Amino acid sequence: MSEEIIKAEGLTKVFNKHLVAVDHVNFEVKRGEIYGFLGPNGAGKTTTINMLITILKPTEGKASVLSFDIAKQDVDVRNVIGVVPQEYTADEDLTGLENIFLCADMYGIPRKIAKERAEELLKLVELTDFKDKKVQTFSGGMRRRLELACGLINRPKVLFLDEPTLGLDVQTRTATWSYIRKLKQEYGMTLFMTTHYLEEADSLCDRVAIIDHGKIVVVGSPEELKHNLGGDIITLGIKEDVDVSELIGKVENVKDVKKENGAYRIKAEFGEITAPFIIEVLRKKGYTVTRLSLTEPTLNEVYLEYTGRSLRDSEESRENVMTQRMTMRRARQ
Amino acid sequence: MSETNGNSKNRLHGLWALTNRELKKWYKAPVIFILSIIQPIIWMGLLGKAMNISALIPTNIPGLDVKTVMKASLGTSDYFSFMAVGMIGMTALFTTMFSGMSVVWDRRLGFLNKVLSTPVSRGVIIFSKVLSSTLRSMFQAGIIIVIAVAFGLQFGISFNLLNLLGVFAVMFLLCVGLSSAFIAITIRSTRMETPMAVMNLISLPMMFASNAMFPSKLMPDWLQPVVLVNPLSYTNDAVRQLLLFDTIDYTQLAMDFAYVGVFAVIVAAIGIVLSWRFLSK
Repeated sequence: MSEEIIKAEGLTKVFNKHLVAVDHVNFEVKRGEIYGFLGPNGAGKTTTINMLITILKPTEGKASVLSFDIAKQDVDVRNVIGVVPQEYTADEDLTGLENIFLCADMYGIPRKIAKERAEELLKLVELTDFKDKKVQTFSGGMRRRLELACGLINRPKVLFLDEPTLGLDVQTRTATWSYIRKLKQEYGMTLFMTTHYLEEADSLCDRVAIIDHGKIVVVGSPEELKHNLGGDIITLGIKEDVDVSELIGKVENVKDVKKENGAYRIKAEFGEITAPFIIEVLRKKGYTVTRLSLTEPTLNEVYLEYTGRSLRDSEESRENVMTQRMTMRRARQ
Repeated sequence: MSETNGNSKNRLHGLWALTNRELKKWYKAPVIFILSIIQPIIWMGLLGKAMNISALIPTNIPGLDVKTVMKASLGTSDYFSFMAVGMIGMTALFTTMFSGMSVVWDRRLGFLNKVLSTPVSRGVIIFSKVLSSTLRSMFQAGIIIVIAVAFGLQFGISFNLLNLLGVFAVMFLLCVGLSSAFIAITIRSTRMETPMAVMNLISLPMMFASNAMFPSKLMPDWLQPVVLVNPLSYTNDAVRQLLLFDTIDYTQLAMDFAYVGVFAVIVAAIGIVLSWRFLSK
């Protein structure tokens, strides 16, 4: 079964007529897979997810979820999807169970069915003992689990998770991952998630798409991507302020040299053998190597390979900054 | 692939759930609940009892009867009764004002996005806000009437239970209109400060440029047109006719209802149209 659950063709979102957040993106998500959108801040991850869950209208292009058009059949889409947003959206003044019922009511699920489902979901996310406590008293991890339960109340075919572990500690993050895996295994659910935690994408996703500046730069399984990187990465710095890229490039087994922030990122096969050669070549020319590190490729390397190492100081709206701060603060409670 | 997951297809589903969510924040928080009852008592005490206008008229002038004078200008011989009705409109104004703020909150906390990703229709999201603040205001109006009676509100001789229903009907229309208006102001807003400033600017002038505290016919000519378009004036007049006046002017009453009704329908329609347009980005 490799049916396409989500399909996007030339999906584009332009804000304020000039800010291109998502730029003609094409991808498809197959049934039963966990698909990860990976990218730096402001790359267009949340904008893409917001278009797919129909709260944002695309400027151009189209996309379908379970073959419903996101622009024309938005109500049908909303009926079959579940959403776990980045923020903690549960109402603090209500109890956990009341929040689940509120979500159920928004889908028009009769109370009798909602009760059965709520019980099952509370057990799944291990919140049964806290269901009658107000959400105010919940920790960040509990809130996240409650969001997950709310997002599942309508038995969605596809679940969208926007940064599901933002601001959570390692224990809670690991627990959240295990719930997500359970959803895939036991319910055969298709999951679409965004994240900027690379180890999260590495351990959870069947396929990841790395997105940057609104464009998808590469798609593949984490293993594929790491393999395609071709060998190890040597990071090297020299004392002298000259460009020695060309010199390094001539060393045997070196495939690529990039100068970034004063250091050289060298892609090379058999890194542990090649590195001494590079040092020797540089020394002969009178350069002093000040630092050197050798890494086998992780998704981190893949990510940096495609998105570059420079910091992203994208401008964020006041509202977003506030919301994010609020989310982080609550996560740490 | 068009299974419905057993979900209802009713276009109004979620309306009560969302309305009840707002109401729960109010009636499940005892402090807020009690404060919202105490507030009108304070207003009535301060403005209704402390500023007793009839005391301004000297009683020792022969041939001048205070009650007749008051009745001629206020329609009722008792300023407190006149004022208490104004308080009902004022409380409605202040309570509905905050319905707009809750849209901003929901947007900030991400709750709005969450609701938007469910099949609840956009109009329902807005209307649940309108309905909850309307129900709150009407409850407060009921409390004010009870307290005002305890403080000495004098019903007109034509008062009966049907009139009381009429009072709630006109209050319902006013609150629907006012909360829709305040939501329309805040629907695009992402920050608290701007709508707060707008509302502070509107609310007090709106109250004073109505017949809430003072009969409009005694106001200066330049203010009369403002009073005349202010829906609060019509509501106050209707409530006064129904509660206080001995003889009800039915054409005027019908006029009041019609004006407030049209106001409610138009503003609510604007609110819902705006929600279709602006609730997504």
